[in-house]
Amino acid sequence: MATLTQEFTKGLWKEIPPFRLVLGICAALAVTKSMLDGFGMGVALIFVLVCSNVIISMLRNVIPKKVRLACYIVVIATFVVIVELITQAYVYSLYEALGIFIPLIVVNCIILGRAEAFASKKPVLRSLLDGLGIGVGYMLALVVLGGFREVLGRGTLLAGSQYVVHLFGPAFKPFAFMVEAPGAFICLGLMLGIMNILGD
Amino acid sequence: MEFVILIITAILIKNILLAEYLGNCPFIGTSKKMSTAIGMGMAVIFTVALASVFTWAIQKYALNPLDLGYLQTIVFILVIAALVQLVEFFLKKSVPPLYKALGIFLPLITTNCAVLGIAVLNIRRDYNFLEMLVFSIAASAGFSLALILMTGIRERYETTHIPRALQGTAISLITAGLMAMAFLGFAGVDTALNALK
Repeated sequence: MATLTQEFTKGLWKEIPPFRLVLGICAALAVTKSMLDGFGMGVALIFVLVCSNVIISMLRNVIPKKVRLACYIVVIATFVVIVELITQAYVYSLYEALGIFIPLIVVNCIILGRAEAFASKKPVLRSLLDGLGIGVGYMLALVVLGGFREVLGRGTLLAGSQYVVHLFGPAFKPFAFMVEAPGAFICLGLMLGIMNILGD
Repeated sequence: MEFVILIITAILIKNILLAEYLGNCPFIGTSKKMSTAIGMGMAVIFTVALASVFTWAIQKYALNPLDLGYLQTIVFILVIAALVQLVEFFLKKSVPPLYKALGIFLPLITTNCAVLGIAVLNIRRDYNFLEMLVFSIAASAGFSLALILMTGIRERYETTHIPRALQGTAISLITAGLMAMAFLGFAGVDTALNALK
């Protein structure tokens, strides 16, 4: 049996989504137009994943097997609505930037995947650490992907915050392709390739 | 004419997979064999059309009048999950050949974000009933088109040499990127059609 630290750290490298566990690709492609959006999505996902993992783990002996997926979805959807309302009230710019992808956290396969594969079988503390690890791993991946696309696509880092850095001076012509859909697919594909090389 | 523009926009210009980033997990997962891809495509068109009608009606006639808009996410996902289950039972009992063709894809569709995505987009874009129906069918047809094109390309990869690090998902994503680039060529068709009006 893995130690508690291992439950946390496996999400950071060994099973880091969306590279090792190829789940949650849609959100990873859509919200990484800038580093800050990627970070925001990552935080939202960590919250939903940790809370749903804990609740599902607590209820794992109560939920009937036949209707378990419906129960998981209700738990997950509840936390997604909480995130939706909080971002709408306090971080409206992020709510606008993430748009439809906040409600779509419900169908992010990472969360349902962890509920089914982990939280429904393991005790609460382990499920919490597992959710935290996988969530932080996903957030790191989104930040790296968002940072890469933002640097090439706009020539800035942390655009949208007060710490925005312009990297290449005023003469820079941004490589706009990178913040469009094709750039998203190709960047993620190449990053997967790099991860495969590093992992070997 | 407006509907022509809506259909062309949904299928080609703003393709749900390649420009709106919805439904990528089944796009990567079920694009290895042509028969699977066609089955998945048909199942998605059918479910999306049905789910959109139901969720649109619930939003207009239950959530909006009762001021319960914040329950949208929970209600929609439950409606979709229940609907998929019902469709599965119905097909199993009454149209067995169709069930045989689509059956294994139906459970997967609940977590296909294109279904929930299109249902939410219908509401956010404030479509009326007819626009909603046309958009849902066109967008899911666009999903099937991209899925089938992708499968055609991936079947050819079986016999080509691909660097080891890029095999599997990585090369599929890069292919999707190149397809998205090709689809960018349709940008502006809608303005041209608008000018024709």
